[in-house]
Amino acid sequence: MQIPEPYFTRLFKPVLFILLLLPALYYAYGIWQDTLGANPLEAIIRGLGDWGLRILLLTLLVSPLRRIINCPQLLRTRRMLGLYAYFYVVLHLLGYLWFDQFFDWEEIWFDILERPFITIGMAAVILLTPLAVTSTKGMIRRLGKNWKRLHSLVYPISILAIIHFWMMVKLDIREPVIYSILLAILLSERLYRKIKT
Amino acid sequence: MLILKNKDLTDNDVTDFDIYQNRRKFMKNAAGVGIAAATGLPLIEANAKAVKSPYSTNEKLTDYEDITSYCNFYEFGTGKSDPANNAHTLVTSPWTVTVEGECEKPGKYNLEDLLKTVSIEERIYRFRCVEGWSMVIPWMGFPLADLIKRMKPTSKAKYVYFETLHDPKQMPGQKRAVLDWPYTEGLRMDEAMNPLTLLGTGIYGKDLLNQNGAPLRLVVPWKYGFKSIKSIVKIHFSETQPVNSWQKANKNEYGFFSNVNPQVSHPRWSQRKERRIGQFRKIKTQMFNGYEKQVAALYKGMDLKKHY
Ligand code: HEM
Repeated sequence: MQIPEPYFTRLFKPVLFILLLLPALYYAYGIWQDTLGANPLEAIIRGLGDWGLRILLLTLLVSPLRRIINCPQLLRTRRMLGLYAYFYVVLHLLGYLWFDQFFDWEEIWFDILERPFITIGMAAVILLTPLAVTSTKGMIRRLGKNWKRLHSLVYPISILAIIHFWMMVKLDIREPVIYSILLAILLSERLYRKIKT
Repeated sequence: MLILKNKDLTDNDVTDFDIYQNRRKFMKNAAGVGIAAATGLPLIEANAKAVKSPYSTNEKLTDYEDITSYCNFYEFGTGKSDPANNAHTLVTSPWTVTVEGECEKPGKYNLEDLLKTVSIEERIYRFRCVEGWSMVIPWMGFPLADLIKRMKPTSKAKYVYFETLHDPKQMPGQKRAVLDWPYTEGLRMDEAMNPLTLLGTGIYGKDLLNQNGAPLRLVVPWKYGFKSIKSIVKIHFSETQPVNSWQKANKNEYGFFSNVNPQVSHPRWSQRKERRIGQFRKIKTQMFNGYEKQVAALYKGMDLKKHY
């Protein structure tokens, strides 16, 4: 499958860009109109975390999907997806730093050490940062072979993100289970290909 | 639902009187325009001055809308808005409470009969959830001690525990075994007899809504919210310490006492601070949720880090 180039650059990518922005707009509207329920700050932090994780998994879907539907163009959405994942995760972190801790750095440090799910989330964001920074064309060129090695960090990061979610859940683990299954499928597809070659 | 239920109950003079009590007390105690608006009461009455319960706080009340839409009641689903969406299937009238175990007056009691001898009063309490949020709730209810005295517990009764209704048809969340149903919670006898401990029947001068644990629930303001068991159908006096549902689910995280304690942190939620629903800034969590004066003596000599 091949999307005609003008449609791809002038329609497909912009539409995808706007779609990925919608969750952020939803929460912005929610703050403005107070439609996020009794605990809006929690709703925002959680919602941003959810979208960070979803888009992260979507990023991992790109490469197998383009093979399945035979559409190499899709690879050119991966940077946007990856950066959007980072965007939501950083907002998620900012939500935590602001609405949960009010930038009380001492308390935050304490919290990172004390609550394992925060420790793991923090590790995931820190690891994700160099990937976001090196996503430019120039960086890809400059890093050459190492770029690929660096960016395979995305696999452990995804695992950390799901562990983070799982540990945070009180009792009803349905959602993290679903994300785990999805990630397991995405990772085993890669493993399978690696073994095969 | 509420109107229907009140109408159903008008057959019964006593309950009618109690509901009237619910209203009247509330009108006398409630302060401010917001409440009048929330409850539809005439302003003048809402502002009328009256003696406040010495146990009530004068902090700003949480909105009725928030109290009734943001709930943990896993019998109706694990999401915060599930109870408000799903609890309409619960039938709260007629309602029977079974009293059993170490007491002289065991039996099945109609809720109306239980309420006959008590007078409903208003108590404005802080309510602190283990998840790190809190509310200020104007409960209507009566001291649990009043009911316990009537049941004449024997000298063997060291603990009292409660059970929520178990009926997956009425409580769809029970179709999944997230917790070991029926929900069970207990108190040591001296905790149960403490004047702060209430059996709640209403909020903001109205009958409890199903999602808040209608028609009868426990209110223990110095403990995390999950201790305040909802929709009670059984009261059991026992000699041994019962295992409450959350302790059973995860005993490393939830203990029997579950007193609000900013010094004992939970792996998921810092207990040093709390988010008061309706406020932007977090506030510091107080020892025993601010009821230290009334209850600290109950735990003298106990290591609360061990007995969390
Ligand atoms: C790659 C990085 C991360 C991802 C993908 C991620 C994702 C998530 C997800 C999916 C949730 C569950 C939301 C829900 O319940 O629906 C969550 C919750 C949460 N995350 Fe993260 N997270 C990340 C990093 C972090 C970091 C660095 C922090 C803070 C230092 C953090 C703080 C939190 C908090 C406080 C919650 C729970 C909020 C609550 O209890 O209501 N996360 N995160």
